[in-house]
Amino acid sequence: MDARRREVLKTGGGVLALAAAAGIIRPGEALAQEWNKAAFETKSVAETVKALGGSGSTPSSAIEITAPDIAENGAVVPIAVESKLPRTQALAILIEKNPNTLSADFEIPAGTDPFVSTRVKMGETSNVYALVIADGKYFHAVKEIKVTIGGCGG
Amino acid sequence: MTLSRREFLQALAAAAAAGIQLDGRAQAGDEAFYDLPRFGNISLLHFTDCHAQLLPLHFREPSVNLGVGEGANRPPHLVGEALLKHFGISPGTREAHAFSHLDFAQAARKYGRLGGFAHLATLVKNLRAGRAASLLLDGGDTWQGSATSLWTRGQDMIEAQKLLGVDIMTGHWEFTYGAARVKEVLEKDFAGRIEFLAQNVETSDFGDPVFKPYTLRSLGGVPVAVIGQAFPYTPIAHPRRFVPDWKFGIEERRLQRIANEVRAGNGGKGGAQIVVLLSHNGMDVDLKLASRVTGIDVILGGHTHDGVPVPVAVSNAKGGTLVTNAGSHGKFLAVLDLDVKGGRISDYRYRLLPVFANLLRADRDMAKLIEAKRAPYREKLAERLAVSETLLYRRGNFNGTMDQLILDALREVKGAEIAFSPGFRWGSTILPGEAITYEQVMNQTAITYPHTSVSELSGAAIKTILEDVCDNLFNPDPYYQQGGDMVRVGGMSYSCDPNAKPGRRIADMRLAGRPIEAGKTYKVASWAPVAEGVREDGEPVWDLFARYLRDTKIVRQRELNVPRLIDVKGNRGLT
Repeated sequence: MDARRREVLKTGGGVLALAAAAGIIRPGEALAQEWNKAAFETKSVAETVKALGGSGSTPSSAIEITAPDIAENGAVVPIAVESKLPRTQALAILIEKNPNTLSADFEIPAGTDPFVSTRVKMGETSNVYALVIADGKYFHAVKEIKVTIGGCGG
Repeated sequence: MTLSRREFLQALAAAAAAGIQLDGRAQAGDEAFYDLPRFGNISLLHFTDCHAQLLPLHFREPSVNLGVGEGANRPPHLVGEALLKHFGISPGTREAHAFSHLDFAQAARKYGRLGGFAHLATLVKNLRAGRAASLLLDGGDTWQGSATSLWTRGQDMIEAQKLLGVDIMTGHWEFTYGAARVKEVLEKDFAGRIEFLAQNVETSDFGDPVFKPYTLRSLGGVPVAVIGQAFPYTPIAHPRRFVPDWKFGIEERRLQRIANEVRAGNGGKGGAQIVVLLSHNGMDVDLKLASRVTGIDVILGGHTHDGVPVPVAVSNAKGGTLVTNAGSHGKFLAVLDLDVKGGRISDYRYRLLPVFANLLRADRDMAKLIEAKRAPYREKLAERLAVSETLLYRRGNFNGTMDQLILDALREVKGAEIAFSPGFRWGSTILPGEAITYEQVMNQTAITYPHTSVSELSGAAIKTILEDVCDNLFNPDPYYQQGGDMVRVGGMSYSCDPNAKPGRRIADMRLAGRPIEAGKTYKVASWAPVAEGVREDGEPVWDLFARYLRDTKIVRQRELNVPRLIDVKGNRGLT
């Protein structure tokens, strides 16, 4: 464990938070687009793809999802998505069995590494889709993440 | 003290001459039992999941260990005669007793107890004396499972591990003593002696490694890398509070990266020629892992307590990996002799040796240590609570006679209609006619979250719980399995279709013949709560169980509540 790095990052976080509080960075400034309310209210994978402007998507092995097979805590499930597709423009995380399918939607400006890491909330075991828009086309990868009440045996 | 092979054989002969619990069948060929001809140039000795059993014991292997999906009808999902046939073990022999449940009580009387660290120590010393280049690897679940380990927070086992000469270990139940205790042991007791390895544990915040992921050793001039793999689902299988800041997982990609790194070497230094994974994944997970991660020669596995006599060779994109599982409770010591030529394994010999206490002299130093560690608790441990007229065992997918007794105790003492007891795979077996001592009660219950409770659960909630645990056992994808057995259920009958889809395996739930209703509430007694926020002030299960046994006095045969199984005909994991 690197305690110093931790301290530095903590301090760094503090500075950023201060900057935001002081109005140097406005909260909305990082957002490339308006909040896509309709998309975040969709109830199925197909509906979400449609709300994000697609008519369907193709499975792709150039999208990598890093997430646990079994969530340690359904309330905060770490997920990272990386796209190796050329001209990746946007990246979204969809949880099939959540009450609202779309968990996160990222715009990827040109010249940015298409990699995001975040946490999502999951109500139950579900397929999780990483949807990528690249060069105007829609692609996805899928991974099942299990949410369990736990208990052991071994 | 190191015994030469000749001394060792003499000791055996002396024991036989003195008639030390050796039966008529035992003597003739038994000097040869542990006489493994040396082979190759390096050796890995491995034991796992001893569950803090310092003394020899009886442990009945399962008669139900169903495999699903690709796991059906292949090791480790073979039991009884199917297992013996698959591995070419003759029925009625010592080996048949060690590896199967067949004629358990009778064979147990004939061949005696297995395991015990004093006997294991003699075997380890003898084998290592003839094998200069060797490592002793402990797969974990070493600090938990007995009264003395719980009361000393693993200290008795930690000292026994050091005396035994363990070089490297990984862990699982060790973590239930809490992160601080694990760190304390590593920094104090283990420093410079035993390396605790785990590539798959990181801090929740920044993803920093918590443990050393691997170690490089030179064995007789052969560079060997051992990578550690702790139980990937520790904070799910146990209360999160023990390791609040650590994140676990299988971490396949990181493992692949490490395997590549250690093989490639570093700068001018050559890489490892042999790469070993010391794993607490469980055998089904290890078999899948071996098919996907390349560059690992051997996975020495544990967790699922499978005594598999022969390694399973798994092929993958760049070659293959041997996968083993070395049983549990100190019953077995695995010996893998490797002949490394030109930087690779040219041939190997593997034996999973049953540790018969009757055939191995107790090592004096180890016996002394065990004696000293037990001394402060002797009186309490020896209390006879009841006598059992029947065989009491635990292991099996759905229920064991010992679990049934715990369920009956929970229901009666708590006045509950239904009882749940965790599907733990550890706990010693009691033969008909033997006393149930306080120590035996602790052998079934010694955990750091022993609280009993009673809940009002709806029929729907009961179904959800059963389905959830059942999926942890029978999900066809091993990466979604946790490696325990089905929760034991008292008072309520049900049916189970292991091959059905998640959420559809459990049906026909009934209480006294009447269907359980989804909307009705039922009084359910249980112990070992895992979920956050569950009350932790309930009576520890050992007190409740001991009181029940004192009142019962004589334990007679009871009806074993097992589900009606659907579509399992022909499955060789069932007798």
